[in-house]
Amino acid sequence: MFKYIIKRLLWMIPVVLGVLSIVFILSEITSGDPVDAIVGYDAPIEVREAKREELGLNDPVAVRFISYIVKVVTRGDLGESYATGRPVLDELLARFPNTLILTFASVIVALIIAIPLGLLSAVKQYSVIDNASMAFALFGVSIPQFWFALLTLLLFSVKLRWLPASGIDRLAGWVLPVAMVGIANVGNIARTARSSMLEVVRQDYIRTARAKGQKEIIVVVVHGLRNALIPVIANVGNTIGVSLGGAIIAESIFSISGVGQYMLLAINQRNWPSIQGGIVLLALAFSVTMLVMDLLYTAIDPRLRAEFKAKNKIRAKKNSDGEAA
Amino acid sequence: MAKLYTPAMAAVAKKRARSKRKATSGQSTPSREAWKRLKRNRLAIAGMVILAALILVAVFADFLAPRGYDVQNLSERNLPPSLKHLMGTDNYGRDILSRVIYGTRVSLPIGFICVIIAFAIGGTLGAIAAFKGGRTDNIIMRIMDIFQSIPPMLMAIAIAASLGNGALNLVLAISISTMPARSRIVRAAILTVKRNDYIESARAIGASSRRQLLKYMLPNAIGPILTSFTFSVATAILTVSSLSYIGLGITAPTPEWGSMLSAGKELLRQAPHVLLFPGLMIMVTVLALNLFGDGLRDALDPRLK
Repeated sequence: MFKYIIKRLLWMIPVVLGVLSIVFILSEITSGDPVDAIVGYDAPIEVREAKREELGLNDPVAVRFISYIVKVVTRGDLGESYATGRPVLDELLARFPNTLILTFASVIVALIIAIPLGLLSAVKQYSVIDNASMAFALFGVSIPQFWFALLTLLLFSVKLRWLPASGIDRLAGWVLPVAMVGIANVGNIARTARSSMLEVVRQDYIRTARAKGQKEIIVVVVHGLRNALIPVIANVGNTIGVSLGGAIIAESIFSISGVGQYMLLAINQRNWPSIQGGIVLLALAFSVTMLVMDLLYTAIDPRLRAEFKAKNKIRAKKNSDGEAA
Repeated sequence: MAKLYTPAMAAVAKKRARSKRKATSGQSTPSREAWKRLKRNRLAIAGMVILAALILVAVFADFLAPRGYDVQNLSERNLPPSLKHLMGTDNYGRDILSRVIYGTRVSLPIGFICVIIAFAIGGTLGAIAAFKGGRTDNIIMRIMDIFQSIPPMLMAIAIAASLGNGALNLVLAISISTMPARSRIVRAAILTVKRNDYIESARAIGASSRRQLLKYMLPNAIGPILTSFTFSVATAILTVSSLSYIGLGITAPTPEWGSMLSAGKELLRQAPHVLLFPGLMIMVTVLALNLFGDGLRDALDPRLK
């Protein structure tokens, strides 16, 4: 177990380097001269040249690549925003909490709604409840998130005036963004939970539990739920990824000051350090979340723990055999 | 020796072929069984019919659309639906129905092409990883892991931002960002059939790796790949529209459904009809693909039913 954790932690090193390389390559192939974005198209040639030298744009690609990685890894230096001249990291960190809240709130809300929906559907397979909740889930995975957001805006803030159309100064401001980001996940999770629960209710241990006269609710919740949730939990990483993507768009629709809105604005301004910084920050946050999820998952699922032990045993046996031969 | 092949012989050969076909048509093969199960699934058939209809609309858009997709009439701006404009007009006085109809020519092909490319690259890598196993598998999959440490939507936004607008760049952005996930699907599908006896026997009779993979493994592993293909097209169409909505994909005047909605938020108060129909079209298309995908999954893997 300990070995696995160390291995998983060490794996973060190539991930970080990989993400930085991808981001660097993307900034290399982008069209447009960054100098235009900073000093403007009509600046005198001397000013432009001075700026080029200052930014190190005249260095060979390899030198720039190494210096970029060294800067990010050693000092957390993501460069300065072309638009404001302030360090990108500071600007990002100021906006990061909102993105985190939106992403995780929508994941949690989706889990709370979708798991009971999926379980109920499986337990009452082919009933009205099953059909209704699966229709809802299908609708959830099929509707474009941003369109759902526009429709809810139209209904709840333009027509009914119950909720604000933008801004998060009040708690009510979070309702529509969280609903928008969550809707796709509700559908996905409910469908996963249903099919995994359908598999579980056919297992012998459920029949055993019923045969010994256990109450149905205990059979479903205690014996069924714990096993049926494993695929759902295994998929939470994916869920978080989807939410993060949704959050980027939600922030710009609902004018939430987050990393996504910051990045989309930077894209319009061709402000590469800010775009790069945003991608790096979100990708690293996602990787760390995945790391934590992986470790939790291994800790929770006894089968994985056992498998890991068994693998070690086989490996140990192989080694000793090898030595013997 | 001269070739003797009289019409009478041809007739006999034809008859034989026909009777042979008749004899096998009653037999049940896995794909026929799957088709039978699919036909019984009314929702899947509904999805298929909707898809076929959409494809027909795309093909005959020139005949169906009452106007061109970029014909502007500034005196008819933001009109609500009426008999003259069944879906109303947008902020440039363009007929929304016409734009929605021409939109099928954008979203459907782009969605399919993205998935085909993602499967062609990712699938090949996944198949090689599964087939070779060992170190090759490890290296390929670890590279995919690194790609997947950036969530697909974020990756697509990053690539689209760096390449700029346009259909081709959008296709690249979506294909590359979804490639790792597709490679995993193909890898898993190949791994499940890899240990079967018929693969063993193919190897025993000296089939080349390529032949083993393409002729024996792929056809047997095609079920989950096909299902995932259908769902992937649905996701790709959603991603295309989202990226176009935030201005990173297909831009005006091309009538992409997502970009038609990008003016929607400002018009929310005066002309809500502008954002109704394009969104509805995206949803119907994606819904049809999902229904068909669900049916395909149940038909190809009856255990799940």
